[in-house]
Parts: sequence; structure tokens; C-alpha cells
Amino acid sequence: MKQRYKLRTAFILLAAVHAAVVFAGFLAPYGFADQDRELPFAPPTRLHFFGAHGGFRPRPFVYGLAADPSRPNVYTIDTAEEHPIHFFVAGAPYRIAGLIPARIHFFGVEDSGRILLFGSDAYGRDQFSRFLYGGQLSLLAGLLAAAISVTMGMFFGGLAGFYGGWIDEALMRGGDLFLALPWLYLLFAVRAALPLHVSQRQVFLLLVAVMGLLGWARPARLIRGVALSAKERNFVLAARGFGASNAYLLRRHVLPQAYSVVLTQLTLLIPQYILAEVTLTFLGLGVGEPMASWGSLLSSLQQYYVLASYWWMFLPALFLMPLFLAYFAAADALQERLKAVPL
Amino acid sequence: MGIVQLGWSLAASALFGCMALPTLGAGGIAEDRMVTDNPPGRAGGRLAVAVRSEPKTLNPVLAADGPSRDVIRCLSGDLIHIRGDSLKTEPALAKSWEVSRDGKQYTLHLRRGVRFSDGQTFSADDVIFSFHVYLDEKVHSPQRDLLVVGDKPISVLKLDDQTVRFDLAKPYAAAERIFDGVAILPRHLLEKAYRDGKFSEAWNLTTPPSQFAGLGPFRLKEYVSGQRIILEKNPYYWKEDHHGSRLPYIDELDFRVVPSEDAQVIRFQTGETDILSRFGAENFSVLEKQQTEKKYHVYDLGASLEYNFLFFNLNDLSSRKAPEIAKKQSWFEDLRFRQAVSSAIDRNGIVRLAYQSRATPLWGPVTPGDKLWLDTALPHPARSLERARQLLQSAGFSWKNDGGLIDSHGAAVEFSVVVNSSNSQRTKMAAIIQDDLAKLGMDVHVVPLEFRNLVDRFLNSFDYEAAIMGLVSGDADPTADMNVWLSSGETHLWNLRGKPSTPWESEMDNLMEQQEITLDFAKRKQLFDRVQEIVAEDMPVICLVSPNVLVGSKDRVGNFRPGILDPYALWNVEQLYVR
Repeated sequence: MKQRYKLRTAFILLAAVHAAVVFAGFLAPYGFADQDRELPFAPPTRLHFFGAHGGFRPRPFVYGLAADPSRPNVYTIDTAEEHPIHFFVAGAPYRIAGLIPARIHFFGVEDSGRILLFGSDAYGRDQFSRFLYGGQLSLLAGLLAAAISVTMGMFFGGLAGFYGGWIDEALMRGGDLFLALPWLYLLFAVRAALPLHVSQRQVFLLLVAVMGLLGWARPARLIRGVALSAKERNFVLAARGFGASNAYLLRRHVLPQAYSVVLTQLTLLIPQYILAEVTLTFLGLGVGEPMASWGSLLSSLQQYYVLASYWWMFLPALFLMPLFLAYFAAADALQERLKAVPL
Repeated sequence: MGIVQLGWSLAASALFGCMALPTLGAGGIAEDRMVTDNPPGRAGGRLAVAVRSEPKTLNPVLAADGPSRDVIRCLSGDLIHIRGDSLKTEPALAKSWEVSRDGKQYTLHLRRGVRFSDGQTFSADDVIFSFHVYLDEKVHSPQRDLLVVGDKPISVLKLDDQTVRFDLAKPYAAAERIFDGVAILPRHLLEKAYRDGKFSEAWNLTTPPSQFAGLGPFRLKEYVSGQRIILEKNPYYWKEDHHGSRLPYIDELDFRVVPSEDAQVIRFQTGETDILSRFGAENFSVLEKQQTEKKYHVYDLGASLEYNFLFFNLNDLSSRKAPEIAKKQSWFEDLRFRQAVSSAIDRNGIVRLAYQSRATPLWGPVTPGDKLWLDTALPHPARSLERARQLLQSAGFSWKNDGGLIDSHGAAVEFSVVVNSSNSQRTKMAAIIQDDLAKLGMDVHVVPLEFRNLVDRFLNSFDYEAAIMGLVSGDADPTADMNVWLSSGETHLWNLRGKPSTPWESEMDNLMEQQEITLDFAKRKQLFDRVQEIVAEDMPVICLVSPNVLVGSKDRVGNFRPGILDPYALWNVEQLYVR
């Protein structure tokens, strides 16, 4: 009962985050590249229900910010003007799930005001909007790379376990090589070898492909183990006795037994690859400006002045923690339920 | 010298300096010590400063990198020196000099009784030897070019033990400034290595301290590989304050290797180092907050001599296999295209976002830090996307329905801008410009690259489309930037054809060559003003911004008088003391 509860909570949280990221354009009040050069490093905007001189407002509102001319990036709250928050407002154009063009945003303030729930970055871009948009890249990277790894793992692991002998030996030693590879340096080398003219999309796809290709060895090992024991099962031997071909056996009897391993591996690999994307972008290997990814949001924390002066730049990291916990909890609960092989 | 630090130190200025009084030296010979104008300080103590990397050499003739030069400056002396605060020349090892009427002959009178840091006497022979080495082509000194005037190396003649004469092939406006930074070497220590053809190995980091000697305020005491270089007071130094105490005041100067700016800032903040220079405006704001509490001060000295600019690859690519770039050059070569780009760039936004307002927007290559040479009549057109669009339209560009810009052949306007990845201000500039140009429908990719990779693309492979770079003038004088503005110059980065390809480039070549040999300041200024006008109008480079010089020192450091010329904080290291 407790496990079921855990799985359900994790899934609800994950579903909510993924939905928020898919509909980033709708939920984000601004575009990810919209600069407001008057408001670099503005702190998170506070929502108010009571006016400066008292008086309850049923509709929440925000105050404007006035820059302090003597000190850079220091703002005072300008209580003279209240900017009420409106819902379903027209704003910057975007595409729902990358396809359907739209301009309605879930919330926003009129043009003279600015609502920055997570504060703004060095270019005055809304960190909250960038966090949502950033998830699109980072989650997609995690999903795609994990899918590549697991598919390759199934293929090579299944072959190795099922055929055994020299095929097994060759594939598994090859896998060891991949496990031992200093993948970070490999990625540096790949990035350096790229021509200057690669679009952001190409960089992204390449990143995902390399991460996914490098990670096949671990799932392959696990699936090999499953295949190894599965091929000795009585019903497999029986099917073979009836004349089933190897391909048929592998497809119908051996690999299906690995589905629990595959599922748990996926839930484990996705957050790992999201983190890998974060690491790579942090090191400058990921997508560049003005694209947002969770890695690029965190990479500004490398700089001492950001650490020392602008606490809100940590918010994305703070919000990523429950997401990773949810992924790991889901993997844990799945394994428990499916009584899968130990990870 | 690196690519960022260009030129050396040249320019015309009045004879300026301090009185030299003969005093009795340690050996009994009358010693012409130079009396400095600083308030007297207290002797003793040590100061620690950070350098970005380990010096590559301690040989003054061969040093090219910043850290080596920072250390060597404290170890060596020159004949005529440029002051870091006024940017004017003052007598150093030459106590006075005369110039012939045609401006081609300089007679320098050396100080008497001056000794090297190992106690040996300094004489005209050392000067002759030093210039001989600097001018030897086999030695490959990065400073050699500056000692070549009118295609001929300057000739040096010893008149007597205290007098040397320099002959120039042409009159040279900034002649006395070429002596700055030319370290006088001890002939008794280096002549053997030079004669044996082993000069390039002399005075490297493994040479024991006893084999070094110089005419600077300090001498080498200890070197710990990869960590620090400790210098000690030169007991024979030839300067004294007006109370008659021999300089320098401090006993030891400790150069510590701290590889990143952030690490240097933190070390300074925690009190590990006493002086900080070369840091960004963001860190300035961080440091500013704790000034009184941590007993240090940070200073904003205003505009530096660094100018940052955007440029397009205008090189001759016909012999290279780069059809993509060559195709785009038809846009880059169109003046209206460059003007449109310039017009769309929000320079004030760059100043605010990349430099936290501690910078000045630029429309020409001379920064307000160089008050003497700045052309104040240069127009400062405001940012106008409207004008940019008109210019593009007149050059045959048009817009697609989705707002994307296309050229007259219908090709989408997209190009990449390379930028030094370790310079966070320049990468920010690139992101701002990218956004500005996106408003014109241009699709710009920013490609941050490691510095060496970047320089290789500029100088060798020409494999780039546009770039953002910064250069620091080596001196507040046009001659320092000869190699940038002459079409044959090595730092004429955007177009290394070596010859002018447009009328205005020929005009610029003429003007630069003229100003070099014009002795009258007003006439020279007129010539250089025209150069600035051409840069602003014809835009070989699109000037963007000049950052301010920011320095910091602990309150216990006395006589701290930073200047805008590199080295910003240590130019008067012999006068610094510990309170």
C-alpha cells in the first residue's frame, strides 16, 4: 500500500512537471529570449494583495522596480503604480509543443509592469520563463538519450545473453570499453571538432546522440543477465523444440522478460541524462545563447559574483531537486512492484 | 606581448620628471640618484599580489606574456620611463637627453654610479649591449619592431662611459617613448650566453637567483615552481625619496599564481593578497560592499585604453577553401551592411549589462582614457533600428514574411560570431548583439572559443565570419596602435592582405605613416583625428565599448596611485609601503 502510494505521488509529480514543460509557452509569461535591459538581475517579484496604504485587492498585483542610479543592479520597489495580474492574456507568440502557434499566456501583467517570479538574469530575462522553456530541452535530452541507451542495450544485451560464446565475449568487452571511456573528454573532443556553423538544434541532437550512444553498456549488461537466464527456461526450450527460430525466440520469449529491467532502467537513466545535460551545458558544451536549458540556467552560478549577490539564481536548482527525487522514487517503486532483478 | 597587448610605449610629450641630486654611493663614487616625488613611506614589510599564470620566462628581451612582464617590470630598469599616472615620460637611467633639431639624433646622459642589483657598476657598455641584443634578429625579441624606425633599426653609439647616442633613420614623433620598457641588461652576466648563441635559454625560471641582476627596484629571491615568485629589495636601487631614503620601501614582493579572476578576487577579499587589478565590474560590486569591514578599497579609474569591437572577416579568401564564408563576404564588404549592424547595436545596453555601467560606449577606436588623442568631435549616433533597416534596404536586402532578413539573391542572412570564451564580458556582449541583430531579422550564432583557437582563426586559418575582440593600446599614443591601423600591420585582424584594398584604407595608411614622423603635436593630432573619423565612418571594425580600469588595494598599502596604463597598480611599486 505504501509503495503504491509512493509510485502514485511520484507519477503525479512527474506528470505535472512534464505537462508544465510541454506547455511552457502557455505558462511562461515571457519568451525565453526576451531581454529587458533595464532590469538585469532583478530579484523575484513579490505578489501583493494589499495596497501600500492598506486596502485589500481581490486581484493580486505587483509593483514596478526602479533602478538605483548610483549602484548597478540594485532596485527599489516603486509603490506608486500597481500592476494587477491578469489571466489568459495575449503576449509574446509561441508554439504549443513546438507546433501550434499561439499567443495566450496563463498569466501576465500589462506591458508597463514586469512579473518575474524567479527574478531575472544578467540580460533581464525572466528566469521563471526560462526555467520552463529550459525543461523542454533538458527533459527531451533525458528522454531521448535514455531511449537510445536502452534500445541499444536491449539489442546488444539480448544478443550477448542469448547467443553466448564469442558474441557475448565480444559485445561485453566492447561494453567494458564504453564504461571505461572518459566520456567528458570525448564530448569535449567532439565539440571542438565541430565546424563553427552548427545550429543550436544540431548541437542539441549531437549532444543527445553522444550521451545516449555512450551509455548503452550498463543496460546491456543487465539485459544480458535476463536473457542468459531466460533462454534456459523450460518454455523457451520447449519453443525451441517445436522449431522456433532464434529471432522468434528472442523477440517473443526472451526480451519480453526484460521489460521490468527496461522500465526501471529508463526511469533511472532519464534523470541521469538530465543531469548529464546540466553538467555539459555547465561546462559550455551544450546549447548556447539565447537558448535556455536547465544546465545553462545553472551555469551562471559558476561566477563568484552571482553566488555572492544574487540568491535567486539558485531557484532553478532548488526546483530541480524534487523532480529528481520523484524520478528516483518512481524507479524504486517500479522495481519493487515488478520484482525486477536488483539494479 | 600577446595579441591583446599591442604596441609598446611611444609618444610625444614634454620633458617631465624629477630632479637628480648627486649623492655619495656605497662604493664612494658620486651616485646620481633620482629623487621621486612621492610622500615618504615606511621601510619594511612585504606585499603579495596575484598573477594569472606562472611567468614563462624572466628574460626581459624574450618575455611576451603578461605575467612574465609583470614580474620583469619589477626587476629591470629602462632609460626613459613613462609614468603610470600622467602617461608622460620621465628620466630614468638617463638623467637627461638632447634631441637634434631634425629629430633624428638622441643623446642620452646616463646616471653616474648606478649599480646593478648584484653590486656591479652600470655604464654605457651595458646600454650598448642591451640594444644590440634587442635588435639582433636571431634573438626574436617581441619588442624589436618598436626599435625599427623607418625600416631601419636605430643605431646606438657610445660617446663615453656616461653618454650614448641613438640615431634614427627618420624623425620619429614618439621617439623618447620607445626607450620605455627596454630593460637594460647586465653585460657582465649575459654577454657570454649571447656570444655562445644561448641567449634564448638564459634567465629562464630554473636559473638560480644569484645569476640574475637588474636595475629594477627588486631582485629575485626565490621561485617555487607553479606557486610563487618572491622578489626582495634591491639594495643598490637608484631612486630615493625626498627625505633621502633609498627606495623601494618594502622588503619583499610576493607574486602568487592564482589562475582565475574569481579566485583572485576571493584571495584579495580574505586578505591573502594586498593588491588586485584586472577584474570585472561584477566583482567590483561584490568587493565594494565590504570595503570598510575588510579594510580594503576598490577604485574605478574610469575609461581604460582597451577598446572592444566587432569585426567581419574581410580577408582575401580566394586561395582558401571557404566558399561559405566567401559568399557572406559580399554582405560584410558592403559598408551599408556594417553601418546597419552598428546602428542596431545597443551600446548603452552593453555598458549596463556586461559592465554594470563601469564602461564607456565607443564609436571610434580611441577611448576617453586617452584624453590627449581622443577626437571629441566624433559623432555619437544614437541606436536606431529604423536607420539600420533603411540602410539594409538600400543595400538590396529585404525581409521575408516571418521577419527573416534575406539578401538580393534570396539567401537568409545568418552568420556566426566568435568570441573568447574566458572573457565573460565579451560573451555577454555577443549575446546582446545577437539579440539586437535578431531584431533586424539576422540569425546570428554566438560561438565562444578558447583564446588560442580564436587567435589561430584570426591569424592563420581565417576560418570565422565575424568576431568580437578587444585590444589594449600599449601606450597613450597613436604609434602604439600602428600595427592595428596600417593595412600591413600584424594586428590588422579583419584583413591581413597586407595592402590597402579601398581608397580609405590607403588614406589611413598614409595618415598613420605621416603622424609617425610629424613632430608637431597639433599637426599629428589632426592626422590621427582623421584616422578616428575614417574608422567611425568606414567601419573596418565596429567599435563598441571601453571598460573602466578597476583596481583594489588594502588600506595598509601606502602611496597606492594606480594609473590607466598597464600595469595599473604596480607602476610605482618602488614607492609602495606598508603602513
